[in-house]
Amino acid sequence: MKKRYLFMLLAVVAMIISACSDSTGSTADDGDEKGGKKTLVFGRGADSIQLDPSKVTDGESIYVTNQIYDTLVRYEEENTEVKAALATDWDVSDDGLVWTFQLRDDVKFHDGTDFAADDVVFNFERWTTSAEFVYYGYMFGASEEDMGGIIEKVEATGDYEVQITLSEPNAPFLQTLAMPPFGIASPEAVEEHGDDYFKNPVGTGPFIFKEWVADDSITVTKNEDYFGEVAKVDEVIFRVIPDNGARFMELQAGTIDLMTGLNPQDISTAEGDDALQIIRRPSMNVAYMAMNTDKEGPLSDKRVRQAINMAVNKEELIALYEGIGKEAKNPIPPSLWGYNDDIEAYPFDVEKAKALLAEAGYADGFDITLNTFSNPRPYMPQPKVTAQAIAEMLKAVNINVEIIESDWDTHLTLTENGEHDMAFLGWTGDNGDPDNFMYVLLDKDNATVGSAGNIAFYKSDKLHDLLKAAQVEMDQDKRTELYLEAQEVIHEDAPWLPIAHTTPPLAASSSIADYIPHPTGSEPFNLLDMKE
Amino acid sequence: MIKYISRRLLMLIPVLIGVSILAFSLIHLVPGDPARSILGEKATKDQLEALQEELGLNDPYYVQYGRFLGDILQGNLGESIQSKESIGVELIQKLPATIELAVFAMLVAVIVGVIAGVIAAVKQYSWFDNMSMTAALFGVSMPIFWLGLMMIWLFSVTFDILPPSGRLTAGVELHTITNFYLIDSILTGNWLAFKDSLSHILMPGLALATIPMAIIARMTRSSMLEVMRQDYIRTANAKGLKKTIIIFQHALKNASLPVLTVIGLQFGLLLGGAVLTETIFSWPGIGRYVYLAVLGRDYPVVQSTILIIAIIFVLVNLITDILYKYLDPRIKFE
Repeated sequence: MKKRYLFMLLAVVAMIISACSDSTGSTADDGDEKGGKKTLVFGRGADSIQLDPSKVTDGESIYVTNQIYDTLVRYEEENTEVKAALATDWDVSDDGLVWTFQLRDDVKFHDGTDFAADDVVFNFERWTTSAEFVYYGYMFGASEEDMGGIIEKVEATGDYEVQITLSEPNAPFLQTLAMPPFGIASPEAVEEHGDDYFKNPVGTGPFIFKEWVADDSITVTKNEDYFGEVAKVDEVIFRVIPDNGARFMELQAGTIDLMTGLNPQDISTAEGDDALQIIRRPSMNVAYMAMNTDKEGPLSDKRVRQAINMAVNKEELIALYEGIGKEAKNPIPPSLWGYNDDIEAYPFDVEKAKALLAEAGYADGFDITLNTFSNPRPYMPQPKVTAQAIAEMLKAVNINVEIIESDWDTHLTLTENGEHDMAFLGWTGDNGDPDNFMYVLLDKDNATVGSAGNIAFYKSDKLHDLLKAAQVEMDQDKRTELYLEAQEVIHEDAPWLPIAHTTPPLAASSSIADYIPHPTGSEPFNLLDMKE
Repeated sequence: MIKYISRRLLMLIPVLIGVSILAFSLIHLVPGDPARSILGEKATKDQLEALQEELGLNDPYYVQYGRFLGDILQGNLGESIQSKESIGVELIQKLPATIELAVFAMLVAVIVGVIAGVIAAVKQYSWFDNMSMTAALFGVSMPIFWLGLMMIWLFSVTFDILPPSGRLTAGVELHTITNFYLIDSILTGNWLAFKDSLSHILMPGLALATIPMAIIARMTRSSMLEVMRQDYIRTANAKGLKKTIIIFQHALKNASLPVLTVIGLQFGLLLGGAVLTETIFSWPGIGRYVYLAVLGRDYPVVQSTILIIAIIFVLVNLITDILYKYLDPRIKFE
């Protein structure tokens, strides 16, 4: 029995100890400055999958690899126009087939090896060795039979000159090369680490990879010898905090400095807190309702599609986005060059909509289906409620909507096969080129049943000619003109009801300065600073 | 005794086969494709199919299950689809964090729960009894994730006295031996690390302890009340024995049998409850590991981890059953 008393005594002692440290175990100062070092702690919901950007497409991996790697060319800080990076200069032959890049001669990889033209060739060749290099295959049309896709050959034509030959002209080529998956890796590190390279990334970027504790944190440190602007913070720690609410509280407690994935109700809390700020990332996506123009019936009539555009009150739909959505009127987001802001959105006008329907012979309305998906998407947080709202609005013009909800994969199959009348879908841009939205989503080339990206099955020759011309036109100003006109054609024919572009919010401590979120989803943190 | 234990261990086999089937079917029933989750939205059909083939996802379910079972029988827990690491190695790294948290929570729950239960029983219908039992009712009904968030808000955001997450503050050095940070810091005499890891374990430990603490308190109270009405307690009272001796020596030991059952069951449940607690407090244990694996559709990790948790659960209950005999010699193992 004495043992039991001893045990209880121990327990009491333990409790007293814990009570003591309870009040003294403060860690409030473990945030930004440790020994004069500036550390940025970035909180997010999930870990990276791989730190080899050429093999991944998830945002959490790209967030980190963006710090470590450079591409030949990169995007401007605030939009998707392209500027010099590892390549200082470039030109393209008149037929648009041969691109010549002049490279920097003062760059070293983080492992100390020199960067030169051979390294670029090595990387391009590596990307054609396996289907694992997802984005290479996707952007350059590679397949099992032709692993190179539209890139015919890549040669070093000098120590610091690379020539890339294409099999067909591709105007968005430069835009595509700016994408993070085409970051240049150190050939020596790739060969040394083999299958484990994704855990030991070596690039030329503003930060050097230091440590990865799986599911917990990734640390990168400042590259003092960076050829661009040297980072203002010494270290960035990417921390995984799965719960949105807990992550926001960590921001409030000061243990992290910047975070993604806010709960909607926390946005206003952060806005009302002097110690915090909300920073909005410009949109790179679009959510829309496609109307199947291929099916016999009302939707094949342009006037009906226009009427539907007028019968929907977008302001109410945007309210469902809880502060992260902006009304869309075009198929591309405003952050892209070539966005046509002169187009006037269809007004919300029930009477005019009714008149148009009557003109088309549908004064008494009609029955129709609307396909939607069950899980939220980045561009549509509440698909079902949005569908219900639209159904309610269309009732006012006697259109009776039946909602069909399915899981994401089924929804994709149904819509690719054109089994729908109307359907929700969205798109997040890849390379920031208007071609990547309009050609993929609205050109007649992509309206093949079974694999359609154009699920309105909208087949306009006029649009096709404009988009095709823009694909082979190398002059940026002329391309812009073509896309401005293309948006007018689309607006007039109204194959879609454009719904929204989302601007994902980030919350940050108010000490964060000069942080410019990029529309593509992530950016290097070398410009970001932390004030005292 | 040995016969009993070996029979119980043999019974583990059908239980674990059942668990493995359940774990396998549950994760395969969840919509979503591991290949899609690795390659992302923009992967082409060819790329998806190639990866599915490589991961063996195109095989019929019974072939996939057979492979999983075959590997397990050879002691191979498989490889994570996402990190490509051996799951066994990852579990060994993460298990100590979970066990440390669960043991800490259980200690708190038992100490506070038993003491509160005893006092409540001895002073039945007193203000302490009413208050602690009301608190216990709240404790049982409280969702852990809500309680956890409220604790972070109170102790980290508002009062700023406890760290909101993790096991150790970045920069605090600790030489690990057992990977139980509290023990390691004591062994190495590193009091700074001890204080730091204690301050980290306090909130998740308390959050995790809430439900078992409440259940133990209620169970101790009702069991004590029953025992205190027995004749031999009246006899002890009549003999003029000291009250504390009657309560702790005569009553508590006999009252502790049902309490022990609850403790055994709750300890197993703690490992499951750790999924929520570890997620909220970013505690790097197996709960968070399995949560992230479900999100990433990492089938092998989910299957194997659930299996390991089940094994621990069954073993803990076996130990509880064996302890019965120590507490009540009348119990015979047949």
